[in-house]
Amino acid sequence: MPQLEMGDYAPQIFWLVVTFVALMVIMWSVGLPRIRRVIEAREAKISEDLAEAESAKGRAEDALKAYEEALADARSRAHGVLAETHAKLAAEADALRAELDADLAAKAATAEERIQETREAALASLRDVAGDVARAATERLVGAAPSEAAARAAVEASMGEGR
Amino acid sequence: MATTDNGAAGHNGDAHHGPLDQFAINRYVEIDLGGFDASFTNSALMMCVTVIVITLLTTLGMGRGRMVPGRIQSIVELSYEMIARMLGDIVGGRGAQKFFPFVFSLFMFLLLGNVLGLIPYSFTFTSHIIVTLAFALVVFVGVTILAIVIHKHRFLTFFLPPGVPLWMAPLLVPIEVVSYMARPISLSVRLFANMMAGHSILHVFGAFVFVLSFAGVLPFAFIVALYGLELLVAVLQAYVFTILTCLYIRDAIELHH
Repeated sequence: MPQLEMGDYAPQIFWLVVTFVALMVIMWSVGLPRIRRVIEAREAKISEDLAEAESAKGRAEDALKAYEEALADARSRAHGVLAETHAKLAAEADALRAELDADLAAKAATAEERIQETREAALASLRDVAGDVARAATERLVGAAPSEAAARAAVEASMGEGR
Repeated sequence: MATTDNGAAGHNGDAHHGPLDQFAINRYVEIDLGGFDASFTNSALMMCVTVIVITLLTTLGMGRGRMVPGRIQSIVELSYEMIARMLGDIVGGRGAQKFFPFVFSLFMFLLLGNVLGLIPYSFTFTSHIIVTLAFALVVFVGVTILAIVIHKHRFLTFFLPPGVPLWMAPLLVPIEVVSYMARPISLSVRLFANMMAGHSILHVFGAFVFVLSFAGVLPFAFIVALYGLELLVAVLQAYVFTILTCLYIRDAIELHH
């Protein structure tokens, strides 16, 4: 059995020590730092990308919030403008109506005044006519015409009764 | 083997006949360091090849260190992360980082040694008890020194855990001492025996293929299946050796678990 040849032990141990020590030195100085660098770079890249995605998400959420705020703002402003316009229009309409009312009332008042005047004039002329008629009639019946004042008083009296 | 066998160890050049001859050490270059035989052998060649392959894997194999790894880069990164996780899970803490270069080198050396040894006409240096025993002793002695440095005289309580009644000591201490001393033996024999047995069986059935001519298809099919199994064993034994090393390091740090 070659494994039990004592004479072969020395070279095997010698070269085992030489090669394994060389391997450890190479791994310690070159191999392992290289692998570690690559793995760490990958992990750093992944966590960096994740952080970036996280911040992008945050930015998107901020943008959404700003958009919603702007939307709400615009809506409330539109409401304000609408209400303002409404009020203004209503006020204008009210003013116009009041003006119209006043105008109409004034016109009605002058018309009434004129009617009153006309009526009074008519009444006055009616008295005159009645007095004249009464004098003429009396003159025809009696032969003498009463005075104008007496006729008027009589007319006045009868009109007062007739009323 | 292209180079002639110098026959210093008594193994002559009439190539591989028995199933055990494949484990013969052939001296390619005789080197004598002041009486110490440091000849360059087939075992040494495979050790050098293993170191070169691991170095190429971890340097050129990593390429420019792409974000999305290719095949070879994935394999290297997987090995790295497997050992890192193993050390982190078993040993834990920052102390684990100190042992990382050793444990990673150990795993890669044994893994590549086992796997490259499965290539026909190559040599499996882990099939020699002296190699696996040397590794196991390095681990055993290193772990023991580590435990003594950390725990001083309290290291001796490893053999008599606190809370055990004193009258149990005569029974328990020898058992614990023997089981502790058996560690390097079980560690080395497990790897060496697995490698040697697998390669021997492959050789035996390989011989059947030629002996049985047409019926040799059967042992050939068996060899194909067995080769797959040996590949699994090669990876598994490197893994077992490494995980046991981690467990011993943990025992040295924590003493009681």
